[in-house]
Amino acid sequence: MTMTKIEAIIQTSKLEEVKSALQQIGVEGMTVVEVRGHGRQKGHAEFYRGREYTVDLIPKIKLETVLPENMVDLTIQTIIETAATGQIGDGKIFLSKVADAIRIRNQDRGVNAL
Amino acid sequence: MPTKNSNLLYAAHKKLTAKVFMNKGWLKLCLLLLLLSPAFAHAATDVDTRLQALETATKSAQSAGDNAWMLTCAALVLLMTGPGLALFYGGLVRKKNVLGTMMQSFAMMAVITVLWGLISFSFSFAPGNSLIGGLQNAFLHGVGAAPDPDYSSTIPSQTFMIYQLMFAIITPALISGAFAERMKFSAMTVFMILWSIVVYSPMAHMVWGKGGLLNAALGGSFPTLDFAGGTVVHITSGVSALVCALYLGKRVGYPKEPMPPHSVVLSFIGACLLWVGWFGFNAGSALAASSLATSAFVATHFAAATAAIGWAGAEWVRHGKPSTLGAISGSVAGLVAITPAAGFVTPMSALVIGLMAGVVCYLMVAFVKARFGYDDSLDAFGVHGAGGTLGALLTGVFASSAVNPIFKDGQGNALPSGLLEGNAHQLLNQCVGIGIAWAIAIVGTLVILKIVDVTVGLRVSEEHEVQGLDVSQHGEDGYYWEATA
Repeated sequence: MTMTKIEAIIQTSKLEEVKSALQQIGVEGMTVVEVRGHGRQKGHAEFYRGREYTVDLIPKIKLETVLPENMVDLTIQTIIETAATGQIGDGKIFLSKVADAIRIRNQDRGVNAL
Repeated sequence: MPTKNSNLLYAAHKKLTAKVFMNKGWLKLCLLLLLLSPAFAHAATDVDTRLQALETATKSAQSAGDNAWMLTCAALVLLMTGPGLALFYGGLVRKKNVLGTMMQSFAMMAVITVLWGLISFSFSFAPGNSLIGGLQNAFLHGVGAAPDPDYSSTIPSQTFMIYQLMFAIITPALISGAFAERMKFSAMTVFMILWSIVVYSPMAHMVWGKGGLLNAALGGSFPTLDFAGGTVVHITSGVSALVCALYLGKRVGYPKEPMPPHSVVLSFIGACLLWVGWFGFNAGSALAASSLATSAFVATHFAAATAAIGWAGAEWVRHGKPSTLGAISGSVAGLVAITPAAGFVTPMSALVIGLMAGVVCYLMVAFVKARFGYDDSLDAFGVHGAGGTLGALLTGVFASSAVNPIFKDGQGNALPSGLLEGNAHQLLNQCVGIGIAWAIAIVGTLVILKIVDVTVGLRVSEEHEVQGLDVSQHGEDGYYWEATA
């Protein structure tokens, strides 16, 4: 079976919800990174001692998980359901093919390593 | 041979003495007086001795109170530098420069202390001429437990010396705000030593030293009212800061690149420590635990309060939100402005002075700096130079002899101090003091900068500046939150 990497960039306030929901549907492994970025969402202004700074790289959470093909659709559905608020800034999901996966402990390969 | 007269005399004499000695009351009185006379003498000296002992005890008690207060104030003023100013400035710079910035304050605590003990206390406070003191107190010779009555008759001269040292420490540290993030540590240390001797000591001598040109309390020619150091500390450091900022040039990337404070939290803590420490700075300048100290304490606090409101209020109007950084910066501006005025003005006047300082310094920092484009990184000129100048002028306006009768006529009656009391002339004297402070700061700083630049080199290389002072100057990382366990 092929493996797919799901990279989901979501609002920082949605992390707990998304993580719980994914664990409930059986996603057993994930990596979470704090990132900054923007799509179409505008930044905001901050000021220090009278000088204005435009902050247009907004803090987000990137959640990565590599899954066997047959889990991808359910996972995407779950993420969308829990992470969406309907406003600009909800984030994006990217999918990519993974060439291989190896478990370091015992050198399992492929889907067995997930 | 006995005559008739001598016989008669003899008989009369005999009768008298018989009468006296026969009259026992009289006899008793004489004997009593004779016996008691040493007691009378003893009683007279007894009261004298006790009175003298009482006078000594009262003086001791007053000295004890004054000395306890002044030593506490010295500690408070040191706290203003470390960690007050270190945190205030440290939080305002980028993360890669936090230690470098804090070191600039801390180094003063070490280096200026030695310099003061060896020579610059003498230059500031020993008798000399109207511009600078002599070498009588070099190596703290003659500075001990006995008071120096010209400065304070109730505290040891050593207390006076250590208190003044804390002022000498914080003044150069303030300048570091202007050249933050781009000055070599070695160059800064040399610069500060020279600055302390060439700019600080003469100014301190002129305003506070015996025989000083501007000394209001000791009969200077142009008596400048400067209670705790508006001219000596804030104008000199603030104006020197501007000179440094212009001479060194802007930071790499300024003003295009955003350089917001890496921790307003640290700056907040620093500012609060400065506010509390300032009670030692201003109220301690009364040099006694007196009602004048109370007056200065109150004025200090009131000015800080309205200044915070003024700056934050101005931001609220301009940006729609009052910022924490603005509020704390405002309080510092108010404290700067009240420094020369603290022991001369009423609490209500202090409210006005603070409010004006908050608004004026905000305008300096938010508009004037941008307009002229100089990189006074942490607003040392905008807050201390401008705030100090404003405060010194307002002292000439609001000073009241009811608070502090600093000027007296030949009979010892108080004369009006400031403009609102009817003494318009004092404003001119204030201008002389302000002018001299500006002049000595500009000339002294320029000369020293040139010397240090030619010998040591002032500015770090561009590579080191981008890398950050913590690593390039000190081989350290302020926040080494390790990635490895």
